[in-house]
Amino acid sequence: MSVAVPGEDIHASLSDVTRVYPGVAGTPAVHALGPVDLKLKRGEFFAVVGPSGCGKTTLLEVLAGLQQATAGTVTFEGRPIAGKVPDGIGVVFQEDASFPWLTVWDNAAFGLRRNGVDPAKIRRRVDDALAFMGLTDFARAYPAQLSGGMRQRVCISRTLVLQPRLILLDEPFGALDAQTRLLMGDEVLRLWRRTGATILLITHALDEAAMLSDRIGAMSARPGRFMEIVATGWPRERDSKIVSDAGFGEITGRLWDNLRGESMKSLGHSGVAAG
Amino acid sequence: MSRVGWIRIAVIAIAIALLEASCRLGLIDHRVVIPPSEMADALVHLLISGQDNDQILRTFGIVVLAAVISAIGGFALGVIIHALPRVRQSLDPFFATYYAVPIFIFYPVMIVIFGLSAIPIVLMGVATAIVAMIIATLNGLDRVPQVLTKVACVHRMGRIATALLLKLPAAAPHLFTGLKLAVSYAFIGVIASEFILAPAGLGRVISDAYTDFDNRKMYALMLLLIIVATVVNMFLHAVDQHLAERRGIGKA
Repeated sequence: MSVAVPGEDIHASLSDVTRVYPGVAGTPAVHALGPVDLKLKRGEFFAVVGPSGCGKTTLLEVLAGLQQATAGTVTFEGRPIAGKVPDGIGVVFQEDASFPWLTVWDNAAFGLRRNGVDPAKIRRRVDDALAFMGLTDFARAYPAQLSGGMRQRVCISRTLVLQPRLILLDEPFGALDAQTRLLMGDEVLRLWRRTGATILLITHALDEAAMLSDRIGAMSARPGRFMEIVATGWPRERDSKIVSDAGFGEITGRLWDNLRGESMKSLGHSGVAAG
Repeated sequence: MSRVGWIRIAVIAIAIALLEASCRLGLIDHRVVIPPSEMADALVHLLISGQDNDQILRTFGIVVLAAVISAIGGFALGVIIHALPRVRQSLDPFFATYYAVPIFIFYPVMIVIFGLSAIPIVLMGVATAIVAMIIATLNGLDRVPQVLTKVACVHRMGRIATALLLKLPAAAPHLFTGLKLAVSYAFIGVIASEFILAPAGLGRVISDAYTDFDNRKMYALMLLLIIVATVVNMFLHAVDQHLAERRGIGKA
């Protein structure tokens, strides 16, 4: 299903993309994704939901340039991505990717130092990012001294200081409790509004997708394809209070209608799903 | 100092006091074991006289050299072997059984090749220690989270930058364990080799003192070895603890 938005500024796109993992040691190849078409508008918040193993992370990694598509074209700002992460893309992973041997401040400064940015500029940007993420008081702490949510904020800060124009979030709150997830969602919305970046969020949680996104792509069981793109119609100024909006339930209900059968399929219950 | 630390010191103090009392009361034959206070007294006199200081320095110099070669060489070999999965697969059984073979049986071969010099001793120290470092490096690199490789790609880091800036610090706790083992094994390898066959060194001097029934000298040098090995290990342990606590690993 193509998600083209004619006349709008397309920031990143996947055209007819498939990803097949070759078989290893006699095992058959795995067709993980596609064919998939997706056009992300500049500055939009797009979420991808789907059953486990449907290729959501594969989609993100192909778009990031962490994996190469088996077929199809991937572009970012009009230029093709070919197996290398282009400048301007930031990725936050589900796993804790903070560096335990560095302080929070040094974690955030890592990418800027790598890029040889002027120290005064590094100090300014890192201090700003930590203040924005509420980590100023923990700048000299080590990740082990922080909670899971705070460690994820450290990883977001590390991405944020590089001022990416496209931020890819791979289930970044997957390991957090429900309340922390809601609050982290607010943080991400604040970040999105402030940076003006385009955000692609991969998530299992339908409520999280419905709360945060302008549009939500519901994927089928493997090989993942978009079954429907749901536009939420939320205003840009929004936060977690939106979960009590009447429209919120409608959106999550519609997503679940799409995904229930696919989730059953991925669990091997296709007969039940049909019922 | 923590409560556990005080208990540890008390246990050692009680053990020394019991040994002292047993020797003084004649429960242990003075010709077999001398009291710890006499050991300490003999050690002080030996060090002040400078009689065997050249042998002491020689041995500790060789231990340091063997430990450094083992640590650097073991790390380098570990990195190379980790990057070559088939080589690793073929070497794994060798590593698993390495310490089941008494490495000292090769000492005469080394003497035949290199003569009665310090080289065979250094090689014995390295042979005893290096595999521990290789195994620790492999373990450490195995435990580097996969996500760090992705982070390296996002930061467009090359292989060398990824290895030095991410994988090496991520694997550091395991490497430090390897370093501790390498130092201990280097001590064992060097002293034992000197004891068996070498013409010089602390092991040789202890062996000669034993043959000459010179208990004061023998126990003085044994005490010196125990003190040095313990202090070095305690220092490495303290550094390891500090690094582990900072990372929230909380090693015992």
